[in-house]
Amino acid sequence: MKPKTLFDKIWDSHVVHSVENGPDVLYIDQHMIHEVTSPQAFEGLRKRGLKVFRPERTLATADHNIPTKDQDKPIRDELSRLQVQKLEENCKENNITLYGLGHPYNGIVHVIGPELGITKPGMTIVCGDSHTSTHGAFGSIAFGIGTSEVEMVLASQCILQPKPKKMRINIDGDLGKGVTSKDIILYIISKISASGGTGYFIEFAGSAIRNLSMEARMTICNMSIEMGARGGLIAPDETTFEYVKGREFTPEGEEWDKAVEYWKTLKTDEGAEFDKELNYDAADIKPMITYGTNPGMGIGITEKIPALDEIDENARKTYQKALDYMGFKPGESMLGKPVDYVFLGSCTNGRIEDLRAFASLVKGRKKADNITAWIVPGSRQVEKQAREEGLVEILEEAGFELRQPGCSACLAMNDDKIPAGKYSVSTSNRNFEGRQGPGSRTLLASPLTAAAAAVTGVITNPADLL
Amino acid sequence: MPIEKFDILESTCVPLPIENVDTDQIIPARFLKATNREGFGDNLFRDWRYDKQGKPNPDFVLNNPEYSGKILVAGKNFGSGSSREHAAWAIHDYGFKVVISSFFADIFKNNALNNGILPVQVSEEFLEKLFEAIDKDANTVVKVDLPAQEVSVPASGISEKFDINPYKKECLINGYDDIDFLLSMKDKIEEYERNRTF
Repeated sequence: MKPKTLFDKIWDSHVVHSVENGPDVLYIDQHMIHEVTSPQAFEGLRKRGLKVFRPERTLATADHNIPTKDQDKPIRDELSRLQVQKLEENCKENNITLYGLGHPYNGIVHVIGPELGITKPGMTIVCGDSHTSTHGAFGSIAFGIGTSEVEMVLASQCILQPKPKKMRINIDGDLGKGVTSKDIILYIISKISASGGTGYFIEFAGSAIRNLSMEARMTICNMSIEMGARGGLIAPDETTFEYVKGREFTPEGEEWDKAVEYWKTLKTDEGAEFDKELNYDAADIKPMITYGTNPGMGIGITEKIPALDEIDENARKTYQKALDYMGFKPGESMLGKPVDYVFLGSCTNGRIEDLRAFASLVKGRKKADNITAWIVPGSRQVEKQAREEGLVEILEEAGFELRQPGCSACLAMNDDKIPAGKYSVSTSNRNFEGRQGPGSRTLLASPLTAAAAAVTGVITNPADLL
Repeated sequence: MPIEKFDILESTCVPLPIENVDTDQIIPARFLKATNREGFGDNLFRDWRYDKQGKPNPDFVLNNPEYSGKILVAGKNFGSGSSREHAAWAIHDYGFKVVISSFFADIFKNNALNNGILPVQVSEEFLEKLFEAIDKDANTVVKVDLPAQEVSVPASGISEKFDINPYKKECLINGYDDIDFLLSMKDKIEEYERNRTF
């Protein structure tokens, strides 16, 4: 038999039909929806007189526009409230499970899927959100879709999709002091650019990936979309099985044994072909920070912003525009630059390990006076665990407070907006113009780097504080 | 339900020679709170188009009366970032039928096609020539011929072929819709469900 990649194994086993010279009809095991990108899809179904085909395969949560304070009270913003109400109505009408505001399982869609054991190896998972790629960390094919495609899945549990090309990125070796999985992915994107993965599905491999925890792997796959890739995935292994075992929706007993047996076959065969393969050495990766307006504009925190003559001549105009927006100059150093806001959270870095990392660095230190910090857990369960582990006390003693879960300042649909012109060191995934509020200036970094900025008030190498 | 049909379009263009135009620029997140598909065109490129007080920014191309048309010509890597289909709805609602760029983000491309907008990917050289032609004469007419898969400037004679998935091409030309197609596959889908062993 011809050797196959992990991606091919999962994709091929989900093809219901191949359209000649066209896309595949791909069966979707798990669909996830939220309040912002689903209402128009339900409306479309209604207009066609259709019901949801397999309601048990769709899970809903409210996360994108919700406040991160006073969640027990009605949402103040009228449009947000209406959107959340619409989701409740649509789920009720169609028998879809909703973990809405106030539910103990509520949280960011890409945080709750894994923590509830809904996300499992070998699955196909889609959601009307580009960071659906997060679930690829379990060895599943997971990708973001538009609302018309949400409607397709609701109507047929399938999606029409051309098969993407395949890339493997190997990262081998040991990570240095203060270097996290967030730094790995920011490093890769800085090397291949914000569009370097377009058209590809990426398998992340190598010893540095193998050594990561599940949560750290999720951060990597989460940001594969930031290099334009359709998604990213990592072959499941003992770390994966250990994480999945015993969760709310995980199979048990014989079913578990059978599942694990199958999951163990989910790896790229020796000799399988990729359309592209890249290799990096983990030792070359430093704590990273972005200085521009797309996630590819990142550098090691001790390095200098590239000078104009290092930039391709055709790209200089766009480059200068980005730096003007950020208020930075080519050739400058990032270290010591003042920061106004720190945001810890999002589907990229809003999990318990991220809170632990942040807490470990601020422990025994104090929040800098010039910093406004928003610490937003990714889910109610993360919030609960942070309380149980005593992280909240550590944070409070250092001058930080824990807010309630949601997407929050990652996309600033709710009130958590960074004011115009202000600098925010953010553990989220996008530093686009105005992403965190009109005129906001975002510097993407790891939870450790965010913590270092929060206690010093300036951009600081976290390795110096560890 | 049929989508709008597309065959040949001749129109003047709106040039946006900026690279990496992400979907947050096309439609900022704070305008995603609607529960229908209409009206997003008013906020297309909102934060480039208007200042903080909501006054039109005279330097932005959509506010320049010299430029109009149904074709948006944009820099490399158009539509990156968020999967929000609202970006495609905003472009459609504003009145664009075609976006020409040298590179498109995957999700945006799918969203555009699902809304009857044709993303035309051209070479960087051709894109450069287009920008030059429009810069020289704002009334430059560009012809997009989907059946022939060709984009051209009839006045100057430059042209280039473009790629499109044959299935999607047929859908656009005939106004077919993916959901109708998937519904016609119901038997196969149920058979797949029955036969699954894992």
